[in-house]
Amino acid sequence: MGTKLQNNIAITIIRVIAALVVLILVLLLGKILIAGVPHISWHFLTAPSQSFESGGGIGVQLFNSIYLLVLTLIISFPISLGAGIFLSEYAPKNFFTAVVRMSIEVLSSLPSVVVGLFGFLLFVVQFQMGFSILSGAVALTFFNLPLLTRNIEESLRAVPNLQREAGMALGLSKWRTVTKIILPEALPGIITGVVLGAGRVFGEAAALIYTAGQSATNIDFGNWNPFNSASPLNLLRPAETLAVHIWKINSEGVMPDAAAVSAGSSAVLIIAVLIFNLLARVLGNSLYRKLTATK
Amino acid sequence: MEDPIKSKIQSTSKETRQDILGRCLTYLCIGLIVAIVLSIFIFVASKGIATFTVNKASLWEFLTGKNWNPTVTDASGKPQLGALPMITGSFGVTILAVIFATPFAIGTALYMTEVSSKKGEKILQSVIELLVGIPSVVYGFIGLSVIVPFVRTHFGGSGYGILSGSFVLFVMVLPTVTSMTVDSLRAVPRYYKEASLALGATRWQTIYKVLLRSATSGILTAIIFGMARAFGEALAVQMVIGNAAIMPKGLLSSASTLTSVLTMGIGNTVMGTVGNNALWSLALILLLMSLIFNIVVRLIGRKGRMD
Amino acid sequence: MKNLTKIATVIIASTALLVGCGNSNSSSSSSSSTSSKAVSGKITIVGSTALQPLVEKAAENFQADNSKVNITVQGGGSGTGLSQVQSGAVTIGNSDIFAEKQSGIKAENLVDHQVAVVGMTPVVNKDAGVKNLKMSQLREIFTGKITNWNQVGGKNEKIVLINRPSGSGTRATFEGAVMNGETAAKSQEQDSNGTVQKMIAQTPGSISYLAFSYVKSDVQALSIDGVAPTDDNVTTNKWKIWSYEHMYTKGKPDTTTKAFLNYMTSSKVQKSLVKDLGYISISNMKVQKDANGKVTDK
Repeated sequence: MGTKLQNNIAITIIRVIAALVVLILVLLLGKILIAGVPHISWHFLTAPSQSFESGGGIGVQLFNSIYLLVLTLIISFPISLGAGIFLSEYAPKNFFTAVVRMSIEVLSSLPSVVVGLFGFLLFVVQFQMGFSILSGAVALTFFNLPLLTRNIEESLRAVPNLQREAGMALGLSKWRTVTKIILPEALPGIITGVVLGAGRVFGEAAALIYTAGQSATNIDFGNWNPFNSASPLNLLRPAETLAVHIWKINSEGVMPDAAAVSAGSSAVLIIAVLIFNLLARVLGNSLYRKLTATK
Repeated sequence: MEDPIKSKIQSTSKETRQDILGRCLTYLCIGLIVAIVLSIFIFVASKGIATFTVNKASLWEFLTGKNWNPTVTDASGKPQLGALPMITGSFGVTILAVIFATPFAIGTALYMTEVSSKKGEKILQSVIELLVGIPSVVYGFIGLSVIVPFVRTHFGGSGYGILSGSFVLFVMVLPTVTSMTVDSLRAVPRYYKEASLALGATRWQTIYKVLLRSATSGILTAIIFGMARAFGEALAVQMVIGNAAIMPKGLLSSASTLTSVLTMGIGNTVMGTVGNNALWSLALILLLMSLIFNIVVRLIGRKGRMD
Repeated sequence: MKNLTKIATVIIASTALLVGCGNSNSSSSSSSSTSSKAVSGKITIVGSTALQPLVEKAAENFQADNSKVNITVQGGGSGTGLSQVQSGAVTIGNSDIFAEKQSGIKAENLVDHQVAVVGMTPVVNKDAGVKNLKMSQLREIFTGKITNWNQVGGKNEKIVLINRPSGSGTRATFEGAVMNGETAAKSQEQDSNGTVQKMIAQTPGSISYLAFSYVKSDVQALSIDGVAPTDDNVTTNKWKIWSYEHMYTKGKPDTTTKAFLNYMTSSKVQKSLVKDLGYISISNMKVQKDANGKVTDK
């Protein structure tokens, strides 16, 4: 039987490919983690960085990365939610929609340097926001918007039309159908999208060099008043993130333990992404259960 | 006297008002995105066009010239602005990376949606999400310490070049292409598959004749997104491609991409000078090329759906 | 679930609020910088990535003594530093290169403050088997006339040139001292000391140049005409490849900025930080160089 054989060969090839991809990741992760994990200690995770002495940590950078990520999500999620709903539920099939789709795709293919420089000239210089978390978050939003929008649209589309018809039949308005029936159903997919976007945001460096800046000012973790310049929550302080820090010490770092700090930071970054993914999945599942009343 | 029932039916109900409000909200969001894109576009275009309007460079020479030397002027007093080496380099790494990545992405996506158990699917899902999370700087340094020596010993040359660049990009675009391919495969209605299997087709026949066919436009979009990511990637490629602004003589000789020249030069030039404007022209090319790609894919996608 | 819409509205509203606060905050901080009390206010410094660690550390120490001063130090490259200080967007622009040498900069509007000297040396991969070159040989390597290490007494190995991007301060310094007006061959380019150092360490036959502080044991620094790349040789100009690190202000600096710039050139910084970071103290120099590369005794 030729087709049977063909089938078996093809399925085997697919399995091999999948195994290869896993292998690539294992090798990559292995390389990063083996080089980096030995340098991770409580001191490394909490101490401020050093510009030329050894023994610096990444405490501030780690906090900046997370804070920036949260801010970016706060800004970009509502916008892309609206845009995603528009594209999947309301968008008429016309020229305008085609232009919209095109511009979203163009936005997603913008090189990060260009976005960074745009952010630099517009927010940092023109709006006088300075090198700040806020400028960085807005620049990152530009990256995140197309990814999130696309993902939300796809997740919404993946919900069977039956659900929409059921909502309509109950006399619900389209908006209510979308927010109360379709959205909860699509939530796990949306969460995955947020995670994927978050991963990219977490590792982004080029766009932040010119917007959030590449210096980590000393911040006082005892001061949570967002209007104080030493406060961790201050939106207008420059904030070097972990990815920018890795870039910086690799390109111009003069501390004797630069290689170790870089390896350690990379490992922390990967572990953070891992933890974040796990958390988001747990969150997505429990949210799904809550919103759809499934067990 | 007004009929209360009539007025109730004719007036806008709470539901309708809510619907209108919701619709407006989504229009607002989409409008915002379009505005952002437009402003970036206008911004890049105004700076990029200045090379030709203010500095009087010729567009044709810019696109076909092979000498890139913005700080040096030639005999006629015009700066040497030939971007062809970078354009070639960018296309080279992007196309090659996508050629490497597509079979892997489709294979992995098929494994996740059709072959594996729920557990295997979950594992691969996390694998892909982790690959996205690795920052490009780290990819760059791994490329520098692993891929460059590998290429040097197995293929020859100095190790820096288009081949190394596309190897690095291959890993970087893989998650993007894979996860989007998975989405488009999942979007294929279940009964297509069931009908095919019921007709006695093997798993592979179903995959090949039904699933892949109906997901074609989605897969193409995935590939384009991968290309877009490859095109725009700067930090990682810059470290392995060698950054020599000369026409690449092959896959193994040093080359440069639009992004690598852009990233390296932008900090060293002054706003408003020829050198700086020329870099913005490169950025403009990046934008326009992604636009062209998008249009092409749209055409292909439309054709695919009609068959 | 009505909550979802509510949550969305709250998020949007709070974002708007945060943005609003952000703006009001920035305007208040900029107004405080204009009021000139003893030494208080805000200094924004942008530019050369090579100079950044030094200024950052100095700023940290300075702020410890003057708690009312808020200094922000950023990289971005010499070109960015100069253009931003020229446009008035930042207080100080750091540069590895004389403003006169940067196209598009009106140097007469800027005031130069030289804070350190950086020496640079050609470096090669250890494999090449070369430790000393004549200046003319070095030039011929970079113009592409010499392409194999055996032509200069090394191994039979192809030379891999790694240059710095044109317009970068490091390249300008190197070309000023070595190239004698000739144009370098088209070659690979890399824009940061750290990356170049890594590439030289692992690419057989490669040559490039680095600031002294980046020369580690895994690369071979070259002597030129028998002169070794040392700090002492730089101070007497026996070693020719060196440049100043500049901090430019637009016009005369205000009191706060002046105080910080004085601190940068004070012996406190020059004797410890400058040395620790691999720079050469400006006060040790026995010669001086002008924008055109002319060297005179001090």
